[in-house]
Amino acid sequence: MAAVTADQTAQAADRPQGADEVLEAAFDAAVAADERIEPRDWMPDAYRASLVRQMAQHAHSEIIGMQPEANWISRAPSLRRKAILMAKVQDEAGHGLYLYSAAETLGTGREELLDKLHAGRQRYSSIFNYPTLTWADVGAIGWLVDGAAITNQVPLCRCSYGPYARAMVRICKEESFHQRQGYELLLTLSRGTPAQREMAQDAVNRWWWPSLMMFGPPDDASAHSAQSMAWKIKRHSNDELRQRFVDICVPQAEALGLTLPDPDIRWNEERGQHDFGTIDWKEFQEVLKGNGPCNEQRLGQRRRAHEEGAWVRDAAAAYAEKHTAPAHAAPRTAAGNGEATA
Amino acid sequence: MSAALALGDDALVLSHRLGEWAGHAPVLEEEVALANIALDLLGQARILLSLAGDEDELAYLREERAFRNVQLVEQPNGDFAHTIARQLYFSAYQRLLYEQLASGEGAFAGLAAKAVKEVAYHQDHAEHWTLRLGDGTDESHDRMQRAVDGLWRFTGELFEPVEGVDIDWQALRSGWLESVPAVLERATLTLPTGPQSGAWTAGAGRQGIHTEPFGRMIAEMQHLHRSHPGASW
Repeated sequence: MAAVTADQTAQAADRPQGADEVLEAAFDAAVAADERIEPRDWMPDAYRASLVRQMAQHAHSEIIGMQPEANWISRAPSLRRKAILMAKVQDEAGHGLYLYSAAETLGTGREELLDKLHAGRQRYSSIFNYPTLTWADVGAIGWLVDGAAITNQVPLCRCSYGPYARAMVRICKEESFHQRQGYELLLTLSRGTPAQREMAQDAVNRWWWPSLMMFGPPDDASAHSAQSMAWKIKRHSNDELRQRFVDICVPQAEALGLTLPDPDIRWNEERGQHDFGTIDWKEFQEVLKGNGPCNEQRLGQRRRAHEEGAWVRDAAAAYAEKHTAPAHAAPRTAAGNGEATA
Repeated sequence: MSAALALGDDALVLSHRLGEWAGHAPVLEEEVALANIALDLLGQARILLSLAGDEDELAYLREERAFRNVQLVEQPNGDFAHTIARQLYFSAYQRLLYEQLASGEGAFAGLAAKAVKEVAYHQDHAEHWTLRLGDGTDESHDRMQRAVDGLWRFTGELFEPVEGVDIDWQALRSGWLESVPAVLERATLTLPTGPQSGAWTAGAGRQGIHTEPFGRMIAEMQHLHRSHPGASW
């Protein structure tokens, strides 16, 4: 549903007196009525900027997030697992592509966003700054990291910005599949040899707390939350989603026969939710600032891939230039002679 | 069945090499494309190795001298041009091979009928990139020429008949020698002039004689599986 069409925007531009207020009121009404905002609709500059920030960060997370898992493709212990892992990493590249396309509807470009990522001016999820040290980490990422991502992303399927919401519908379907595969990987390990079981527990121990940090800072310290919720970009607060995730994971961990590394987790009858221990927010801040275990490595590899691929992109552009007839010469006879007029 | 091993090892090893690109490709679209090709090949490898025995035992518990893949597919990725040249040479071969197998009634006809569609896509991908790189910039032209030259001596092995694969190898060779040089020419590249095999290369991979980088590749591939004998994954 279009809130205010581009034509109305143009008309409004002819009537400067109070025009912004009219547009803003219409936008607010559309959001309040749960209508979708579409690319050509008028939107407040801050709404646009906030979406670009969030969608770019989301897209960057997909492509940086390929690295910790790709780290195990060449060592996957069975051909079946290798195929699953390759397919997953491929899906992540695809998710990156959807999200960059969705972000481009807001008037930015993929190149510009990648440049900002490479320059450290836009972020990606803090979780991908942790290393994958054993094969079980691939399972822990599937179960916990993808699980946290899904908890975050399912509400985004109802986000007020149409292109983002639609991208999330497609992405969430694939993510749920990955999550189940990760869980099944851990289940196999936990029912395997003692060494495999130990590997699984160790991975869960290392990924649990970083996964809880994926929901962002606590509500009283979250800079963008209130505005994002008012605009219906976000539907739930960080702490609400984090609580939901803990409540989902506790029984799953039991079913796996693995423990979560938090002695304070226990069922709270009164709240009907699990209590859990305190997150190390200092570590979170350090990772965000670039001081996590793999920040340099991840960004370094991304920059290198981009720089080392520059000649390939240049070649593709040069080839396209040579072999595409100029636009003004486009309508030609059916002879199909691709030679441009000299 | 040694033929299933030979064809299965080709697909397994090339898939592994392509998997090494994950997270390193020049554009996101190529992350998707290279992983997609790697997955197709891995799927073929699993079917072929399963015809010969247990896919995981064969992939993870054989030593270097027991692998039957051609040396071309084990060559390191190098730059993007080297990867594309390897794909161009191999996919042209694999398509001609599978087309013949699919039209016959041998043990591989069913697999080949399905796989030939995948391989046609791989060949299309390799040919388009050969054109873009060959006829792109001066730098990409030089890199692509170096790549096709450097890998040329591994191509002769593609035409060594594999026992148990009932096809016309001479027709495969002549088909390949029509298709690949035509693409190189369109890409403004020079057809390599050296021999298609070195003294050491002819038929070597099929007999389990490999190049040095291969041993390191399978050490990495097999390490985890070998560290946990008998475990299920």
